[in-house]
Amino acid sequence: MSEQAPRELPEPGPPAAPQGRVLAAVAAGGALGALARYGALVLWPGGGGFPWTVFFVNVSGCALIGVLMVLTVERGRVTHPLVRPFLGVGVLGGFTTFSTYASGVSDLLVRQEALTGLAYAAATVVAALGAVWAAAAGTRTWLDRSDRGSRGSRGEGRAA
Amino acid sequence: MNWLLVAIGGAVGAPLRYLTDRAVQAHQGPGVPYVFPWGTFTANTAGSLLLGLLTGAAVSSPAHALLATGLCGALTTYSTFSYETLRLAETGRAFLAAANVLASLLAGLGAVFLGAELAGGFGG
Repeated sequence: MSEQAPRELPEPGPPAAPQGRVLAAVAAGGALGALARYGALVLWPGGGGFPWTVFFVNVSGCALIGVLMVLTVERGRVTHPLVRPFLGVGVLGGFTTFSTYASGVSDLLVRQEALTGLAYAAATVVAALGAVWAAAAGTRTWLDRSDRGSRGSRGEGRAA
Repeated sequence: MNWLLVAIGGAVGAPLRYLTDRAVQAHQGPGVPYVFPWGTFTANTAGSLLLGLLTGAAVSSPAHALLATGLCGALTTYSTFSYETLRLAETGRAFLAAANVLASLLAGLGAVFLGAELAGGFGG
């Protein structure tokens, strides 16, 4: 049943589900994601300098969306139409934040901590992209391996 | 108390981002391939502007929880931004991927500065 023909670019567009339910799922996920981020900031408020908590929130959220998008849009392993609105757009979108990141960089620049500000700006971009890439690649490899495993017999598939 | 305000802000911000993305994509017209992630770019820049305004206005703690941590935090996103950038790079559009990163960063930073200026300077 799952002939995974490589699809076209998975467009970050809306999945097919009634609009009201999608919005409700996005809102519920957004509330949870924002709360989780707030909780992390309450637990680890930091004290000026490099905003490590926001950094780790954003990087971990990027890793998780890499896994989620491969499982849903790319490979169709999870097909419920509300999974992506709830977990992707809602929870992970609400958990990670661009505004707090930009504001953190701006604060550091205004406080004449330009080096830390630039390091924070660049490190977040590099770590976030690295995380989403590694998580997506890892999930693809894992799915490919489990496919090969379930297809069964040894001695098969060593053609190349 | 602040927990509730953050949750409410998040419950508004995330759907706003979703609707912004849909509106921007619809604006690009039917059949036009979705190439540059303008929707996320718009939401991130708008949220950064609003956060700059709130920072410059030095709002109260409950208002900050509701609007800054909750609303702006959920209206903007790093996860979708990074995934869309990854897809651009993986589909041979490295230039657009780099442009997305640079443009998002510069626009977000500029929006925070602009917002703070408009709201009355950096607390000085």
